[in-house]
Amino acid sequence: MSPGAELLDPTVAERVIARALANGGEFAEVFAERRSGLTLAIDESRIESVQTGAEEGAGVRVLSGGTTYFAHVDGLDPADIERAAGEAAAALRGDRAEPRPLSARERSPQPIERPPGDVPAARKAELLRELDERARSAGGEIAQAMASYGEARREVAVANSTGLLSGDDRTRVRIGAQVVARRGDRVETGAETLGGHRGFELFDDDPAAIAAGAARKALVLLDAGPAPTGSMPVVVGGGFGGVLFHEMTGHGLEADHVQKGASVYAGKLGEAVAQPLLTAYDDGRMPGEWGSDAIDDEGAPTQQTKVIEDGRLVAFLHDRQSAERDGAPQTGNGRRESFRYLPIPRMTNTYIAPGEAAPEAIIADVEQGFYAVSFAGGQVDPATGDFVFGVNEGYLIEGGKVTSPCRGATLVGNCLQALVAIDAVGNDFWMKTGICGKGGQKVPVGTGQGHVRIASMTVGGTQA
Amino acid sequence: MSDLAELAASAIERAVAAGAGDAEAYTSEAENREVRVHGGEVESLTAATQRGLGLRVWIGGRVGYGFGTDLSPAGIEAIAARAVEAGRVADEDEFAGPPGDGGEAPALAGLSDASRAEWSPAQIADLALAVERTALESDARVAAVEQAVYFDSAERVAIASSSGPAGEYETTSCYAYLQALADGEDGRETGLGFGLARGPAGLDPAAIGREGAERATEMIGSSKPPSRTCPVVLDPTVAASFVGLLGRAAGADAVQRGRSPLAERLGEEVAAEAFVLSDDGLDPEGFATAPVDAEGAPRRRTALIEDGRLQTYLYDSYAARRGGALTTGSAGRSGYRSPPSVSASNLIVSPGAASLEQLLREAGDGVYINDVAGLHSGVNPVTGVFSVGASGRAIGDGALAQPLREFTIASDLVSMLRAVRAAGSESRWVPFGGSISTPPLLIAEMTVSGS
Repeated sequence: MSPGAELLDPTVAERVIARALANGGEFAEVFAERRSGLTLAIDESRIESVQTGAEEGAGVRVLSGGTTYFAHVDGLDPADIERAAGEAAAALRGDRAEPRPLSARERSPQPIERPPGDVPAARKAELLRELDERARSAGGEIAQAMASYGEARREVAVANSTGLLSGDDRTRVRIGAQVVARRGDRVETGAETLGGHRGFELFDDDPAAIAAGAARKALVLLDAGPAPTGSMPVVVGGGFGGVLFHEMTGHGLEADHVQKGASVYAGKLGEAVAQPLLTAYDDGRMPGEWGSDAIDDEGAPTQQTKVIEDGRLVAFLHDRQSAERDGAPQTGNGRRESFRYLPIPRMTNTYIAPGEAAPEAIIADVEQGFYAVSFAGGQVDPATGDFVFGVNEGYLIEGGKVTSPCRGATLVGNCLQALVAIDAVGNDFWMKTGICGKGGQKVPVGTGQGHVRIASMTVGGTQA
Repeated sequence: MSDLAELAASAIERAVAAGAGDAEAYTSEAENREVRVHGGEVESLTAATQRGLGLRVWIGGRVGYGFGTDLSPAGIEAIAARAVEAGRVADEDEFAGPPGDGGEAPALAGLSDASRAEWSPAQIADLALAVERTALESDARVAAVEQAVYFDSAERVAIASSSGPAGEYETTSCYAYLQALADGEDGRETGLGFGLARGPAGLDPAAIGREGAERATEMIGSSKPPSRTCPVVLDPTVAASFVGLLGRAAGADAVQRGRSPLAERLGEEVAAEAFVLSDDGLDPEGFATAPVDAEGAPRRRTALIEDGRLQTYLYDSYAARRGGALTTGSAGRSGYRSPPSVSASNLIVSPGAASLEQLLREAGDGVYINDVAGLHSGVNPVTGVFSVGASGRAIGDGALAQPLREFTIASDLVSMLRAVRAAGSESRWVPFGGSISTPPLLIAEMTVSGS
């Protein structure tokens, strides 16, 4: 049986779609979902906040003349879903439209070796105790340690009036550690996460290393001086450093922003937006990655999309509607947080492809600059391209060498200028997990890159 | 008994049958609508119903939580079983236990507005279209509106517990906002306009549209300010972001776990006298207003900062037991999916006597902060040290001057509060990061990093 078939019976789906098109419309779709999960935390060395949830529901939408009519309902009772279809169609005044008969498209979900639901909850508690111990053993200056575990399964089924019927079964696990270090009045925090579209096998290889990593960051910051202020070369670290590209460029490539003129990349397809050394992708099918799925939330298969090729902008990220508007192919980026939301163009795993420079060489070329190893987070206004990033772990670069740690630095800039200013891309590469918010919807995304250098950027420091 | 209260009562029974010593159930049902418009057309129209149960159980000092949408008898039984199973995984906590009886809840009127139900989808679509149209017509430099959105919700909540506290209420709320785009010499500028009310009849779409247009067009021609330390005036939307952080810092759980810049500062001077803050769960205009908090304790007004001194922390029943205090009715929750935790209700900064013009005159030469970005990543929650991205206007000769962008402001929460020289006379409700009412604030000195 294909994933999702048990959630949404094809005969029910056909009835719902027919009902949705009863008053006309060019397209109708039903999206059904069952989501369940478990989260727990350790704080003050005590397991707490043990929470379990199970939700089911469906969303029905009809597209007509550029307007989307959407209704969603909790529960998967066929009568409720049909009623939602009627509600979505209620504002339409046209003649009945005929859907195509459904035909199932089989897609294999991402393989899960050990479903977390099969692992006893006590084992998950034990994992958190390991993280707690590892963090606390990092030194006498560790004042607090917290860690969390989360697992979530989303079974989804989608059917639409073009005849598409597809489904997916998605399991994600993630752990996080947060450590507070204290020396006198100085208090600093460090955090680290590990997650994937994977089962419990993700934790086979020393998962508590993230706790040690979080502790190391907090301890380093105890020795940190004020951050410099002004324009200077900035080297960005690999992995979560990719969140800079995600925020400053990725969001501007999401086609809904582009089509509304609310992206600095609107009208720039085919143009050079970066130096030739930069190539970047969005890839929703990377095995086991946090942002991966078999299909997007409209049933389109996920894919690898080259968005920047040798510095040239070559593609935007599309959902069904934006692709149709542009006459472009769908790219498998129509994602939604749950059945309670409409799909919109979203990134999956977005990364700058590895370049040719050795990371040491990228730093060695900088006389006076800043090294941003990881970020606490960031924000960008896609329309203006202005962005701001909080640096979580940062160092001065002096005479080509990484020297003293700095705290409280922020990077402020404009996407277009910052992307063009990337003048070195490292040959090291890894991915990190993130949770991305857009339009009130949160979805898991992967970010990645090797070390990258931006020739000049504003560092907003703690020195006046 | 209402249907929701009956479901809550039966959930408690099932939890106890499944092995819980005590249990607390929260059931809610909501009807939501949303309209998004763009370019004079309705982009999407959404209608939704949501219904769910959150169940907190205690097995001795172990706490578990389960939630779900299946409210059939079998569904509730499954939620209860999972909550009890979750509780068995938790460690004993000597302070954990069901909330005690918090006393009589006040009767509150005016939490619902009839226009929410009366206005048709076509009427609320017209409202959203009017927001967009006003922005476009109010200034030729407004090139487009990225999106204008109207949202409304009618929610019923019932809370019951084996230890006594219970409550039930209904509220309605709605808001509209837009992101206006203005064309400048070097690129686009954006401006947010918003309004909130109990029902659509209480919204002024033209005012919302004009605010977005004004905020976008006033940024045209912006540049980086020079780095320096100077007086700063915080727009109410910006002041509210910091007040939201302050509300979290005043939560007794954060304090008890050593994660608050207000820890160990009870009774101490933490602000200038011009800054007066209270948490008021009963303010008739507040959107967090309800007769009871998330665990059934009566809502109330609590003075947080008066005469510059920190008066109390905010407590739910757990933090109160742990801190040897009484609950302040400050248990909050984001719906049935999450258990109660300490959270401010409506945070209210008392208005002062000065008009905005007077605040600017008093600042003389400084910066007016219109917007901050990166607050969630740029603040150390333990120490309150922050460095965040900002945009706004220069203040020159005591009046607003040229627009400024791409700079950061840095300080720490308590230093900033101690430097408040005056609060403006006109407050505004802001729904970002909580339900907050605040006037603009004049800060004597802050570090601005630009070029």
